[in-house]
Amino acid sequence: MPTLGDYLLVSGLLFSVGLAGVLLRRNLLIIFMGLELMLNAANLSLVAFARHGVTAFGLPDYNAQVLVFFIITVAAAEVAVGLAIIVALYRLRQTTHVEDLDKMKF
Amino acid sequence: MLTILFWVFSVLMLASAAAVVLFRNPVNSAMSLVLSFLALAALFVTLDAYFIGVIQVLVYAGAVMVLFLFIIMLLDLKAETRRKLNIAALAGGLAVLGGFVVLITQVIKSLPSASDKFPALARTGYSDTYDVGMALFSNFNLPFQIIGVLLLVATVGVVILSRRSLR
Repeated sequence: MPTLGDYLLVSGLLFSVGLAGVLLRRNLLIIFMGLELMLNAANLSLVAFARHGVTAFGLPDYNAQVLVFFIITVAAAEVAVGLAIIVALYRLRQTTHVEDLDKMKF
Repeated sequence: MLTILFWVFSVLMLASAAAVVLFRNPVNSAMSLVLSFLALAALFVTLDAYFIGVIQVLVYAGAVMVLFLFIIMLLDLKAETRRKLNIAALAGGLAVLGGFVVLITQVIKSLPSASDKFPALARTGYSDTYDVGMALFSNFNLPFQIIGVLLLVATVGVVILSRRSLR
């Protein structure tokens, strides 16, 4: 049987892969995909903790699963707004490469 | 059996997540991301979170990824041309990443309950969806309404953002 630590380790590694996408890639869309991976890593650890903290009735802790539900909803809204911003930016500059977008650089 | 499934889907999820970062063509990245989300949904099912697993497939692997692919096709992004690599930035990114991986593995290893087996679940007559719905609509009714308003605001915001002339 996999333990809580196994799930948390997989979740941490998934978060690291997402962080690698944000730090190392320079395409805005791929950076955005890295953000989604990091959100999903948080969801995985929340569900693992929900399964670990079984209530007195022998059920998983559904409060954590409701939080995951909210995170998924907010992430969907975030993707819609973020992609609209990227499309508006592309219309203005014809690029999604972050190094071409240095207008606000100090 | 559960152990085998856990490791198969974990490795599949991490490998396709790494492929998202490594592919140069955004369409390939998006397809690997779909695979990663599906494997994650399978991991949710191994944790007896059936409702969350289904929502993961419907919302993430379905709606969100279709939106991603739609935007990639709309912008007609080609595979990135190689540019001059910024060695200092790359080394800095890898250093931050390595430090983060070491930190998080040490934290998880020192967690007292890390080696706990999951306790057995009681058999109830209700489905998982019923229990999530009870928790959602009895304990979290106000946040649920607020999330609805958030989705409305996001929809209006996207309509405003995608107008031809931003003022």
